[in-house]
Amino acid sequence: MDLTLANITHHYSGLPVLQDISLHIPAGQILCIVGPSGCGKSTLLRLIGGLERPDEGDVLQLGAPPPDCLNPLTYVFQDFALLPWRTVRGNISLVLEDHGLKGAEAERIISDVLARTNLSDFGKALPRQLSGGMKQRVAIARALAVNPAAMLLDEPLSALDAQTRELLMEDLLALWARQPFTGIYVTHNLSEAVRLGHSIAVLSRRPGRIREVITIDTPPPDRRAGDARLDEVQAHLWSLMRDEAKAADQELLNV
Amino acid sequence: MSDATLPDTATPRPVPFRGGGFRPVAKRGVGLAVFVVLLLVIEWGTRAGWIGNLTLPRPSDVGAALVELYQSGMLWTHLGPSLARLAVGSLLGISAGIGVGVLIGLFSYIRAGLVPLVAALFPIPKIALLPLFVIWFGIDEGSKYALIALGTFTPTVVSTYGAVDNVDRALVRMGQSFGLGWWSIVRKIILPGALPGILSGLRVSLAIGIILLVAAEMLGAEHGIGAYVLQAGSLYDLERLFAGVVILSALGVVTSWVIGLVEKRLLRWRG
Ligand SMILES: Nc1ncnc2c1ncn2[C@@H]1O[C@H](COP(=O)(O)OP(=O)(O)OP(=O)(O)O)[C@@H](O)[C@H]1O
Ligand SMILES: [Mg+2]
Repeated sequence: MDLTLANITHHYSGLPVLQDISLHIPAGQILCIVGPSGCGKSTLLRLIGGLERPDEGDVLQLGAPPPDCLNPLTYVFQDFALLPWRTVRGNISLVLEDHGLKGAEAERIISDVLARTNLSDFGKALPRQLSGGMKQRVAIARALAVNPAAMLLDEPLSALDAQTRELLMEDLLALWARQPFTGIYVTHNLSEAVRLGHSIAVLSRRPGRIREVITIDTPPPDRRAGDARLDEVQAHLWSLMRDEAKAADQELLNV
Repeated sequence: MSDATLPDTATPRPVPFRGGGFRPVAKRGVGLAVFVVLLLVIEWGTRAGWIGNLTLPRPSDVGAALVELYQSGMLWTHLGPSLARLAVGSLLGISAGIGVGVLIGLFSYIRAGLVPLVAALFPIPKIALLPLFVIWFGIDEGSKYALIALGTFTPTVVSTYGAVDNVDRALVRMGQSFGLGWWSIVRKIILPGALPGILSGLRVSLAIGIILLVAAEMLGAEHGIGAYVLQAGSLYDLERLFAGVVILSALGVVTSWVIGLVEKRLLRWRG
């Protein structure tokens, strides 16, 4: 299933947040969105997933989601959003119950996604017993359980320490390599964007407009540290971001 | 800087501890000890004479009154009806209160319509309405149930919709993003998330229930702890008056303990 954003413009009580955003995300590819703080990245993701309606423009799905897909557009949130009163298995079963999946079938799916995210031993644990990295793994497992046609990830690794981030990045790459999913990945971290994205959209400071969309031809799992092309892309991204970030910083001070 | 003003820099000193505190820890038996000490002081004072016998009754005499009440079988005659009234009245008030509180938390129109009404009802001393309730519901049990129900209803509503408002909206958004139905979100996200706030609100509601129980029993009740206290009071029988007060306190302690148990069971996830 492809996703297309057509001329999206959005305001919050008169304040323009996004202006004329058009993007195309082909099935099985990951688009990374980078941009300075407050430029509307999270807002854009909420619009794409249908949690808010854009003032102008449309978010379009092209083609049908796969038949066994329970929830075509599925989020992974920065703050994990796990129910503290449910165990790991309970948190995953939460998103299956409403689709009529109970009992043995649900157990099979839960065990499968826990195995894929290396969480098999923690099914009975409560969220408060888990580290940040494990909580985000649970959130990823929960997203995988509904077999999404597209995953919407809003800075999923930002709340984690650098080592855990690296491990989870490898997990994400392995998951994609095993079964390519369509992904929209919002991040502050340029090296994450360069590791994961088939294409990278750079937004300007608020109101967010698309400055540039950069594509990288090497498939993400094949990318190696020290690849000249990747370094070049990252340097270019930084040169684009630098002035925007500086200006955004000044603007916030003037509010 | 001169050396004289500097502390000795050569010897290592441990960093002073500045943390700790601000976190209640369970201390067993301290509550009981406070009770015991207080009672012993009063006992001593009344025996030694520096507390006059019209100021406070002797704790041992109050104990004797309690024992006598128990042995004569009148304890259950009074406690039974009181417990029934408290149970029926607060069950009505609390269940209606939780229901209305959740509705206020969920629907903007209901909130706009009912919050001012609840705010208007809350500060009315419900005891003042007792004569009205007697006319509406009769002098028997009906008016007593109504008084306790109304008295527990308003604080329950306020604490319940506060608890619903405090449920993390990020969790609700998560539920919506996974396509959960409205009823599922209410049942699996809003209600469990509001439960801690609802339960701590119940402590207040039940204490108010006990206060109103006594008030209700002071009017037209033959039996009941309230009637017992009123009777003793009008005879200036301080021992029996205090025996009744002790039973009421015990009732308060027991309800709060029961809620504590329920919290321990239902809120185990908070750790
Ligand atoms: N619900 C809302 N109501 C009003 N204003 C909002 C709302 N959500 C976001 N905004 C504003 O819109 C702008 C964009 O917010 P958004 O969260 O999308 O930015 P972001 O790019 O995700 O920022 P960050 O990098 O800090 O996550 C900000 O100025 C923010 O204050
Ligand atoms: Mg954001």
